[in-house]
Amino acid sequence: IVLPVMALAEADDDTLIINEEIEIVTKAEAPAHLEGVVSEVISGWHFRSDETQALELDDFENPALVYTDQALDTWNAVEGSEGKSCASCHDDVETSMQGVRAVYPKWDEKAGEVQTLSMQINDCREANMGAEPYKYDSAPMAAMEALISLQSRGMPVDVAIDGPAAETWEQGKELYYTRTGQLELSCANCHEQNYGNMIRADHLSQGQINGFPTYRLKNAKLNTVHGRFKGCVRDTRAETYAAGSPEFVALELYVASRGNGLSVEAPAVRN
Amino acid sequence: MKHVLLTLAAVGFAGQAFATPPVPSEVEFDEYGAVEASLTGEPGDPARGAEVMVTRSLGNCVACHQVDDLSEAPFHGEVGPPLNGVGGYRTEAELRGIVIDAKMIFPETMMPGFYKTTGFIRPGDGYTGKAAKEEDLEPILTAQQVEDVVAYLMTLQD
Ligand code: HEC
Ligand code: HEC
Ligand code: HEC
Repeated sequence: IVLPVMALAEADDDTLIINEEIEIVTKAEAPAHLEGVVSEVISGWHFRSDETQALELDDFENPALVYTDQALDTWNAVEGSEGKSCASCHDDVETSMQGVRAVYPKWDEKAGEVQTLSMQINDCREANMGAEPYKYDSAPMAAMEALISLQSRGMPVDVAIDGPAAETWEQGKELYYTRTGQLELSCANCHEQNYGNMIRADHLSQGQINGFPTYRLKNAKLNTVHGRFKGCVRDTRAETYAAGSPEFVALELYVASRGNGLSVEAPAVRN
Repeated sequence: MKHVLLTLAAVGFAGQAFATPPVPSEVEFDEYGAVEASLTGEPGDPARGAEVMVTRSLGNCVACHQVDDLSEAPFHGEVGPPLNGVGGYRTEAELRGIVIDAKMIFPETMMPGFYKTTGFIRPGDGYTGKAAKEEDLEPILTAQQVEDVVAYLMTLQD
């Protein structure tokens, strides 16, 4: 018999309002597909120290904004054989990219697969600009993703899990509950059964990705979703999947859907 | 004297003067998941066991368990139950079984098996994230380290 270990979610009760203006929903009723699993979904922000939390309150304090500024230059820079920039087709990022991040990953009809934001960015670079794709979890990719995500900040995550995306979602769910590596641990062991608990010096969160890409104080750079997945899988003494692999794309869809109802918080700050 | 013989064993005389530890897949558990026989026939050293408990690359037991006796090592986790007094209410054989492969007694437990080398999904080469071949896997703790940890746990009496 599996006795669910009821985590005493010691998430704090602080509220996150960015620039005294953008209200971030950091706790929400769990989406229907999590019924019986968890009742509330909680941003990783609640599990961090007051000092780390404070860095998100004001964009002048948030170190991630340096990277989105750089990405804004990239947005406007012509690259590749077609002589185009992102702006050539999408104009002002602040209007054209509003709400985009909130629904990714999503099914792409043309490609016939679920695509992450990174995949779409590289699609545009290759097919529309004739430019080299970014390495999947590279710094310029993380920065562009952060810039696009910023335009959805405060909007509810609303990833579709039905229709053509359902199969990929099921695959991601399977991966989430698979115990990997010599330590035989699944995502659920740490982030579903034990959020709120300490594991050595780390305060376990629900492992939500509404804040990605995130700036981490630990490595002083933007971290992508797949980069984080790799680190967590590696820590089970397992062979990780590659960034951009179909497995991690499926896992990203599934994990994103566990945060449906939270606000897009990216680019967040974590330790 | 003992020390000299152990050194000899390590360079290839094992099995003559001493029984070699069973390979992990051949450890015999009783129906409750306990392991009666010492893995090495050598008494465990509680001091070395305590070291294994707090060392990240070894047992790192305090990542999940609070042990008041080890409070000088910082950051004890909350994933498993505190181990204070565990030597009083668990037998040595039970503790050995739990450290070797806790899933023999608690089937779904989060606790990893520390003397176990088979049955994994995507086993990695340590913490590199790269693949390991299952046949090359070393147990996380050596047979003697398991005995050291068990000896240490037995000292935890209320
Ligand atoms: C030559 C035109 C062109 C260029 C240049 C271009 N894109 Fe696109 N982009 C498109 C078109 C057309 C679509 C929608 C169709 C599709 O999904 O491919 C799109 C879709 C997108 C989307 C998805 C929007 C949504 O609502 O799902 C993102 C994100 C995006 N582009 C980012 C970028 C970035 C970043 C760059 C520059 C690195 C870029 N694009 C350059 C034409 C372009
Ligand atoms: C051995 C425990 C463990 C396992 C197993 C584990 N993680 Fe984590 N994870 C952590 C710790 C510790 C952190 C850092 C603290 C936190 O946010 O929980 C973390 C952080 C994260 C974060 C960042 C959350 C944020 O708000 O910044 C994500 C996302 C995540 N994990 C996803 C996963 C996924 C997906 C899996 C399975 C493939 C997984 N984790 C498996 C321990 C684990
Ligand atoms: C990843 C987490 C984790 C690690 C690491 C871990 N344990 Fe455990 N341990 C647990 C959990 C959870 C339980 C509770 C058993 C269950 O699941 O019902 C447990 C149970 C135990 C018990 C039984 C306690 C009782 O009250 O009967 C002992 C003894 C024990 N662990 C010792 C150790 C030792 C020694 C180590 C290191 C060599 C260790 N554990 C490492 C999670 C862990």
